Amino acid sequence: MFRKLTLTAAVAFGMTTGAAYAAGSEAHVEDYDFSFEGPFGAFDTNQLQRGLQIYHEICSSCHGLKFVAIRTLHDEGGPALPEDQMRAFAEFYEVFDPALFDGEGDFRTATPADHFPESSLSNAPDLSLMAKARAGFHGPYGTGINQFFKGMGGPEYIATLLNGYEEEPQCALDMESPMDGYYNVAFASGGYPDECKGSHGEHLYPGSWIAMAPPLYDEAIDFEDGHANDVESMSQDVAAFLMWTAEPKMMARKQAGLTGVIFLAVLSVLLYLTNKRLWAPHKAAAKRKD
Amino acid sequence: MGGIPHDHYEPKSNAEKWLDSRLPIVGLLYGTLMIPTPKNLNWMWIWGIVLAFTLVLQIATGVVLVMHYTPHVDMAFASVEHIMRDVNGGHMIRYFHMNGASLFFVAVYAHMFRGLYYGSYKAPREVTWIIGMLIFILMMATGFLGYVLPWGQMSFHGTSVITGLFGAIPFVGESIQVWLLGTPNGAVGQPALNRFFSLHYLLPFVIAALVIVHIWAFHTTGNNNPTGVEVRRGSKEEAEKDTLPFWPYFVIKDLFALAVILTIFVAIVGFMPNFLGHPDNYIEANPLVTPAHIVPEWYFLPFYAILRAFDNTVWVVIFAEWVSFGIIDAKFFGVLAMFGAIIVMALVPWLDTSSVRSGRYRPMFKWWFAILVVDFFVLMWAGAMPAEGIYPIIALIGATYWFAYFLVILPLLGVIEKPTAPPATIEDDFNAHYGSEAASGEPVATPAE
Repeated sequence: MFRKLTLTAAVAFGMTTGAAYAAGSEAHVEDYDFSFEGPFGAFDTNQLQRGLQIYHEICSSCHGLKFVAIRTLHDEGGPALPEDQMRAFAEFYEVFDPALFDGEGDFRTATPADHFPESSLSNAPDLSLMAKARAGFHGPYGTGINQFFKGMGGPEYIATLLNGYEEEPQCALDMESPMDGYYNVAFASGGYPDECKGSHGEHLYPGSWIAMAPPLYDEAIDFEDGHANDVESMSQDVAAFLMWTAEPKMMARKQAGLTGVIFLAVLSVLLYLTNKRLWAPHKAAAKRKD
Repeated sequence: MGGIPHDHYEPKSNAEKWLDSRLPIVGLLYGTLMIPTPKNLNWMWIWGIVLAFTLVLQIATGVVLVMHYTPHVDMAFASVEHIMRDVNGGHMIRYFHMNGASLFFVAVYAHMFRGLYYGSYKAPREVTWIIGMLIFILMMATGFLGYVLPWGQMSFHGTSVITGLFGAIPFVGESIQVWLLGTPNGAVGQPALNRFFSLHYLLPFVIAALVIVHIWAFHTTGNNNPTGVEVRRGSKEEAEKDTLPFWPYFVIKDLFALAVILTIFVAIVGFMPNFLGHPDNYIEANPLVTPAHIVPEWYFLPFYAILRAFDNTVWVVIFAEWVSFGIIDAKFFGVLAMFGAIIVMALVPWLDTSSVRSGRYRPMFKWWFAILVVDFFVLMWAGAMPAEGIYPIIALIGATYWFAYFLVILPLLGVIEKPTAPPATIEDDFNAHYGSEAASGEPVATPAE
């Protein structure tokens, strides 16, 4: 029963982040500084490559990236793997091809044109859009101020969640049958035992129980360049990578935005001067008459 | 046009005369573009151009999006991601379209409150106002239909809630709901997605047609202006003292304003395109999982707040239910209130009894109007909040003021208020504004305007 509840909660989670903020729910999201924040921010290619490695070695055993084409790993403004590395990457994955086996379908080695596989575990959500789906855009009090001024969004949430595993509080340890799942201070909408609630039903501890076991541990991965591989930095790396999978055209978009803003600002000035000149004789006449 | 005396198009060459006697289209365009326009229009008169531009933007980007979109419950979400990832420039086109809806509503609300303050709805411009309200309703329908198409969680469950509202209508509600969705029992599925897609493509062209009628109507009466004083129509010379032709004076002015607004718009599209959207819509629709809080897009929130404000603890709702033998229950009352909030706005030409048109010369009206604007934003905020704690009470107060403004305050103000004297002519207002007095730093017009 509880397992089912946690699963439902895990699936339902995406629907409640924004609302949880709106309700003033307390799960704290750490404001990490990502390189891609702000109008001039850009993805850090090295960080995306580390994040890809973490996804590949850890997350991908349960979670899919079904909207992401493997060829895009080669794209500029993304992890930008050299073509041969990208092709080699494709061969790690097996995809289901419905055309094989006389139309019955069968698995085969992926090619660059294929997408990453879907989630292999039914309650592990696809991660392609997670950084946009769990953005918490609306806090606090539905004003969206955190998003606007601090640039806080999905990547912050993902990194906070991956860092949010803690020892269960004593009230849960005292229970006869232990909670299913894992206690996570950043996960707001999982299962929560009555034993840990106050007299008015309020939660005495932040967060709730999540079905996903702590996926990262220190030194879980060795990076080729010897980059820090503690949980905190790895969680940021994979969050940055998931921002890219959710918004692969972010660099192109910001560039288009900046070009547009500059062009329109110049156009505004020119039109302002034109307008001023055009109206000048009539305004001067008004001054004479008054 | 407008009964305002002005020059008309005279075909000169034989070719022009030939065309003009068969199709007077050049004369029509000339008359439209050269319409005498009150020269004291302020910056609140720019929203019409912004709206016209946005309609074209939405249709242009929408037509391209349709080329790559698949209206199928299993493919719609993926096809939007295909647009975002694989279509050349697709991510920009889609973000322009998505945020274009917000720009549309920012502009239309500014346009409407402009009309409400300066009395642009009053005789002889009632028809312009009514057509405008029809456009507004169609815009809301189009916005809602379009939000369904990406087939995300909010799309799906928002559709359930909104079509469910029609289900609340006594006796015929269920049939209407089936008719809207194409499936029984309020189930949202393939038939709904298909017809919503079709209607989302159709309605903008209906809006475009109504925009032409809207422009035709106010070109017949002439523009209102910040004083509410009519252009003098005794002679061409007199009229020309009050007006300037639309081209080039107002076209350039409006284009300047449009460029400034588009600068902000492009910054939002480029740097924070998802700020105004709901994150849940990046999760593919799942009928089995209902979001904890279903929140409509920001531009529906004031009316959504009014819808939710009237629950079964409010005495008018209890009374209505009792007096109608239970036919008008709380849900249906909410629906009536939501549509009523728009209908009272449409009826404002007949609810406002004041003899003075512009709010600038109505000392009491100004304050009540300012409260209405605040009320609008309070309702918007209350609509985004969960229906618990203090929020339903705030929404109820807000909704009450909304109705009180249109149904009680406006009719009464016309009787009890002593308006100040508007200037005799538009020319006087223009000269006073740009005259020596204004230039020496003495504000003549209220700065808030």
